[in-house]
Amino acid sequence: MKPAAFEYHRVGTTAEAVAVLDQLGEDGRVLAGGQSLVPLMNFRLAQPEHLVDINGVGELGYVRHDDGMLALGATARQAHVAAAEPARSDVPLLVEALGFVAHPPIRHRGTVVGSIAHADPAAELPSVAVACHASLTLTSRAGSRDVAAEDFFLGPFETLLAPGELVTEVRFPPSAPGAGWAFVEFARRHGDFAIAGAAVTLALDGDRVADASIVLCAVGPRPLRADRAEALLLGQAPDAELIAEAAERAVADLAPGADIHGGTEYRIGVARVQVRRAITLALERANGGDRR
Amino acid sequence: MTASASNAQTLPITVTVNGRAYELALEPRKLLADVLRQDLGLTGLNIGCAHGVCGSCTILLDGETVRSCTLFGVQADGAEITTIEGVAPSFEELHPVQEAFWAQQGLQCGYCTPGMVLRTIELLRENPDPTREQAREAIASNLCRCTGYQFIVDAVIDAAARLRSAAQQEEPDESRS
Repeated sequence: MKPAAFEYHRVGTTAEAVAVLDQLGEDGRVLAGGQSLVPLMNFRLAQPEHLVDINGVGELGYVRHDDGMLALGATARQAHVAAAEPARSDVPLLVEALGFVAHPPIRHRGTVVGSIAHADPAAELPSVAVACHASLTLTSRAGSRDVAAEDFFLGPFETLLAPGELVTEVRFPPSAPGAGWAFVEFARRHGDFAIAGAAVTLALDGDRVADASIVLCAVGPRPLRADRAEALLLGQAPDAELIAEAAERAVADLAPGADIHGGTEYRIGVARVQVRRAITLALERANGGDRR
Repeated sequence: MTASASNAQTLPITVTVNGRAYELALEPRKLLADVLRQDLGLTGLNIGCAHGVCGSCTILLDGETVRSCTLFGVQADGAEITTIEGVAPSFEELHPVQEAFWAQQGLQCGYCTPGMVLRTIELLRENPDPTREQAREAIASNLCRCTGYQFIVDAVIDAAARLRSAAQQEEPDESRS
């Protein structure tokens, strides 16, 4: 058999899940959609001692408005979220990015929260969570705490999540009325992890940028906010030249590792283009070129 | 509600596959793809990459395509599964999508075909009249190393026409309105 042996725990409620995780401590691993974890287990790159399967936790499958936010429970599947009205109307950036997450058969199982919690630096959804100023609820037996997505990611596959904790929810603030958004990436094959990607939201006041959020994926140890590029756009009416300058700033400090798909310089070049395209598209949409 | 099974232990599940109910006792680490192939003898699905990339182990789980290599068999407890063996109406007839793959030579070695057919069935349920571009995007989830995809896209388009014409014959009144 491909995966190493493990002890399997099927839970039916959040309370059961955190009770079992509490007991297991460091040895417990959550199984949600499993679309990242099970491949790692098949290669034995991951060999968890215990798997806590939360797929049966019906109370965490929700996609709903909650206190003005879009709230997604831990077992809300990517395909379900992408098709759900609250997500489509409130957080179009998330829906656009979901179209780049592998393929429909993967998205039928994979969860939004799981992809964020897994914290693969090449994955789309962590960068979207940061770009949207989303927050996460981490629940343990002792209670729950909220953390900003911006603070959650520490490094590749490393997060603030402590042993015994479960990410039970992610909350996205709704896109501001009239704001533009864009998720753009370049991958060698449709559905692959990106060589570089960019998530952008832009709010305008007249023709001036009132708020900008620019986050890069797949070119660093975690989602990277391009704050110097954001600062450049603020208060300006961006033209092609300014956008190019912002893209230049966004990649100025990048040092992505080289691999079989491309060297450091190539990846920086690809990232620069993704940022430029994403800002341009978000601006077009903010100007009413493509209203949802 | 909490159920646990350790290393060499097995966990009992019930699962319906191609309309037939099974009771199985499974070691938790056994992949659903291996359960279907080894325990139930349903060798139509293939295991190509075993990490969710190639799509040759595609099945319908509660009506949706999934990779059976990235699910554990114990997770199928209570589920309804359709494999390629379950799509033809009888031993004598093929499903219209299978007929289209045959007619258009949408296969060569056949390894990817079960997954391609199931994915096509799902696509045409959601979009009965796809463009070639939409067909191409839909089957991008499944790798074929023989055909270069051209004949597979032909098969998807042909299958769509077959299914639409079958639906028209069944409901002549609706098709006119």
